Amino acid sequence: MATTEVERRRGQLAALSIAAVVIIVGIPLWWRTTETYRAWLPVSQIKELADLQLQLSADVEVVFARGTVTPEQQKKVPLTQSQEEEVIIDGDTSLRYRYEIRYRTATIMEEDALNQPTPAVADLSLHTLSESPCGSLVVYVIPESSSLLPQDVDVYIGQRRTALLRIGGFVGKTLEQLLAHLEPRIKQVLQIMSFSNTDITAALSDRVRPSPGNRGSKADSMRAFKSSPGYEITFSLLNPDPKSHRLHWDIEGAVQTYIQPLLTKLSLVANFSIDSQMLYYTMLGVNPRFDSSSSTYTLNADSLAHVINPVEARLGSNAASSNPVLNFLLYVPDAQHSPLYIHDRKKQQVPSNAFHSPRWGGIMVYNVDAFYGEEATFPIDININMAKVMGVFLAQLRLLLGVQSSTPPSGFLVAPCGSTGLADWELDRLMWSRSVENVATATTTITSLAQLLDQISNIVINDNIAQQVSSAVTSLQLAVAELEAGNLGFALQYSKEAILASERAFFDPSLLHLLYFPDDQKFAIYIPLFLPMCVPILLSLLKIVSEVRQRHREKKAKND
Amino acid sequence: MRNYSVFAVTDGQDSPSVSTPHVATQNTPQTAPETAERTVEQPAVQDRQWEATHGDAAAVKQDTSDGVHVVPSPVPHPSDDFQEELVLRPLHSGDIYASFQFRVRWDTDFTRGNKVSHYRLFPKSLGHVISKFSVRELHISFTQGYWRTMQWGQPFLPSPPGAELWVWFQDSVTDVDGTWRELTNVLSGIFCASLNFIDSTNTVQPSASFKPLGIGNVTDHRFLRYATLPREIVCTENLTPWKKLLPCGSKAGLAVLLKSEKLFHSSFHSQAVHIRPVCQDWQCKTTSWELRQTMNVVFDLHTSGQGKREWSLFKMFSRTLTEACPLASSSKIYIDITDNPQGEQFELSPPSPLLSQAVVMGDRRTFSVYDLTQQTTFGTTRSLNVLIRWKSSEGHMLRPLLHAERYVAGYGLQTGEIHTLMYNNHPYRSFPVLLLDSVPWYLRLYIHTLTVTSKGKSNNPSYIHYQPSKDRVRPHLLEMLIQLPPNSVTEVTVQFERALLKWTEYTPDPNHGFYVGSSVVSSLVPSIVAMDTNSTQERPLFSSFFPCKEESSYFVRVYTEPLLVNLPTPDFSMPYNVICLTCTVVAVGYGSLYNLLTRSFQIEEPSPGLAKRLANIIRKIRGVPPL
Repeated sequence: MATTEVERRRGQLAALSIAAVVIIVGIPLWWRTTETYRAWLPVSQIKELADLQLQLSADVEVVFARGTVTPEQQKKVPLTQSQEEEVIIDGDTSLRYRYEIRYRTATIMEEDALNQPTPAVADLSLHTLSESPCGSLVVYVIPESSSLLPQDVDVYIGQRRTALLRIGGFVGKTLEQLLAHLEPRIKQVLQIMSFSNTDITAALSDRVRPSPGNRGSKADSMRAFKSSPGYEITFSLLNPDPKSHRLHWDIEGAVQTYIQPLLTKLSLVANFSIDSQMLYYTMLGVNPRFDSSSSTYTLNADSLAHVINPVEARLGSNAASSNPVLNFLLYVPDAQHSPLYIHDRKKQQVPSNAFHSPRWGGIMVYNVDAFYGEEATFPIDININMAKVMGVFLAQLRLLLGVQSSTPPSGFLVAPCGSTGLADWELDRLMWSRSVENVATATTTITSLAQLLDQISNIVINDNIAQQVSSAVTSLQLAVAELEAGNLGFALQYSKEAILASERAFFDPSLLHLLYFPDDQKFAIYIPLFLPMCVPILLSLLKIVSEVRQRHREKKAKND
Repeated sequence: MRNYSVFAVTDGQDSPSVSTPHVATQNTPQTAPETAERTVEQPAVQDRQWEATHGDAAAVKQDTSDGVHVVPSPVPHPSDDFQEELVLRPLHSGDIYASFQFRVRWDTDFTRGNKVSHYRLFPKSLGHVISKFSVRELHISFTQGYWRTMQWGQPFLPSPPGAELWVWFQDSVTDVDGTWRELTNVLSGIFCASLNFIDSTNTVQPSASFKPLGIGNVTDHRFLRYATLPREIVCTENLTPWKKLLPCGSKAGLAVLLKSEKLFHSSFHSQAVHIRPVCQDWQCKTTSWELRQTMNVVFDLHTSGQGKREWSLFKMFSRTLTEACPLASSSKIYIDITDNPQGEQFELSPPSPLLSQAVVMGDRRTFSVYDLTQQTTFGTTRSLNVLIRWKSSEGHMLRPLLHAERYVAGYGLQTGEIHTLMYNNHPYRSFPVLLLDSVPWYLRLYIHTLTVTSKGKSNNPSYIHYQPSKDRVRPHLLEMLIQLPPNSVTEVTVQFERALLKWTEYTPDPNHGFYVGSSVVSSLVPSIVAMDTNSTQERPLFSSFFPCKEESSYFVRVYTEPLLVNLPTPDFSMPYNVICLTCTVVAVGYGSLYNLLTRSFQIEEPSPGLAKRLANIIRKIRGVPPL
């Protein structure tokens, strides 16, 4: 009896120790050898970024010229004043606009500049006096009697970062009244020259589901290309009829004269590369309708959507870069279908004879039927008037890059944007919205990457991806801080870095080959090993437990 | 009919670079348009006008002189130029060989710092490739079928079956391997081909076989990469992007003939793109870039021609020609009538008054020329359908002087032997050839078994460049310079062992076998003209004593067949079977061990057997005590 009891104890101990070995050594070993490498990610910081609270601050200087404030008022001019406005876009995105307004009186040199005959000259000389940094504005308040502005103009917006504001029939005495009188108009100026709520909300469209109501602003925001570190601009001359037309265009000179100044100015925002090509025998996708009354061919606005596709197959992509391509096509209709005019929805001829396609590019139809003389023999040599073409393309380029040209309210005069094609304040506006857009895109990319990695536990996270994610997060934090401080240039720079790093992490090929082991296959492999091993262990454990319980009960019964 | 007899001899091929190392020094790569004008009496054909095939200068002049300028402002002189031509050569087998060449020449410089970005005739996508990857020379070919040298003679542009890519980079490139990898990926996108499968395991750097064909004196083979994909299947998806690179697309000119349903219904089909810098003028102070797109097709007598020895453009391409590409400065069809000087072999209709002679592959050939830029070529029907009708199927073909073939010998799945045979058919001249072999790593060559024999004797190569393979990293590279004795067969054999691959390294159809790319035989072959021993006919005596220099030898590259080798292939469901079996064995062993360890054993009274029990029952009945 004693020996059997000893035997049974030994058996139980053996079963227990085998179970212990399996649990202590086997399971951790299996776990270690089959786990995927996942580097540490700054998850908490990413979660913070998912809840985006942006603050944009702009420095505004309001300068009172002589004759606008009385000496008593001048003494009381407050040095600074800040205005804040908070907008809550949705649950996890909120914006705060902040204007730091500083008031001062004009210096003597500025007074001299303001006495120039025309506002354009005044604008230039004010610019040479002091160059205001990126993102800041100067508003000069000039007296009602000043002859600088034409009679019906109250506000002049210059090419740089200055605006001239006529004080506008103010009668009040105290400074507070004066400032209260000026405030709405200064705000109006700021809305035009600096960030406006519509721009910024449009830039956030990546994060925020747009409300179904405002279709117009949605179309506006969808027209421009998405923010990208670089763009390829391609000019293509389409000649469907090389037998009749021998076309020549001085694209190199035209690019130098018309496009390059704009792009040089925009080089802060993105890198651009330009090329051009000529394509022959490229047909439009639709047959133009013949209009017998004017013996012209017309393309209707409805059919324009079908024009691009067959042409696009020939355009070719830039194999050597992955930046988005802006296409500008100059189409010279063939001799049989000439002249060709584009009609808008009201059946009116479009004066520029051009149209653009959102986030794709522009097409211009260039009629050459004027060259068909009486005695002209085909092929005709035709030199294309590049000034006419580039005017259209430049306007389209501005639209597609997101330089908004909002119509100014009455009483406002906006200086024509000289040779560069872009005023400084327009650049600022673009930079504001691009920074916000970059921040929004980068945060969505990073948060969705973190979410994805969290959901699919099979994906290997290498150290380089963790590093990219961390640098993206750091750049994002810096960009947000710089926006808050009002350093527009730095903010844009950091936001670009953030977007680059986040895209690199998101599209890293090493994330793709997740070790694909669906659970059913995994179990098919494990069952032949695990089932025969675990069943005896479990059974003997159960047996031991039941025996222990029984003995316990017996002991209790004995005690009773 | 004027009887002037000035004609220019232009090389049909631009003179290729010399590849043998021992002659490379005296004969530097030269591609200046060689237009050696000579006056030779022409006794044979009196009633035909000879056409001067000048270089580009004449064509450009002609281009700008005609046409009335209606625009007051001056028209800029184009710096690029497009030419197209089609050569038709009736083959002795009754098949027909059609070779298209489209050439864009552009006076620009991709190598300098200034960015080239305004394209007219040159395709933008290739321009981007050249400038981004600092390519100095790029040659890519896609071939379906194998060129039968013994039946068809030499092609104008040889190419191996499958895809071949070789690129010379500029010496400013620091990371050649990285650039090469990116370049192959980009080209794979441009040509819709699986060039992205080119990696270090099938890329080699030949030291002598592939020399630059354009100008430039860098011959350091560190900047050269060569790769073939013998498995690549060429089809319409490769043709469409190729056609897109042409200035006229497939809308006008010779390219309208390139209909894919006919082109791919042929015995041999090869399309290629060659980019190289060439001299702008004879002084060669500035360079221009040349893009040559070629298409070589052989139509079969029996499948395409329905067995009738009669070929026309319509029968070959199901199209006729109506116009030249308006952008082309020259657009011509050449028909090889060398074997048919008096019209006794075949008949050409419509007949062409223009004749041209050129030295192609060391042989002086005569061509009938149709100039598509002339309206008269199209006649009254406004369409050109060249018809070649055979009169007799007689005639012989000169055997090609150099010819090579290759096969795998041996049995079993462990070892084997590669045999390469090179034929020198010249009756009395020996010449050296360069043999390039690139063998994948999974055939492990035993280089000590390398033997070269010709005429039963061992033939020691004068130059051997061997780079052993590294498993999963790089292939074997074997280059040899071998002198081929006259009228002989030279056999190169080397033994190999087949490696076992990892199970993920097998292709989806492993039992099909694994391809080994063609070997490349490059050589300067003595000219057939110089071989002409009975040079009495049609040649004045003063020209025939010394063989003239520029015709004495010509460059030939011959590709052998690719090999298809079977590797030992496992049963691919094996890993799972092995896992299951192992697990079961482990489980059984473990189970018994577990039982031994945990069960307690007791001696039990064995129950009596059946006989004993029966006996006991009987005993009980009888009242006898049980056993």
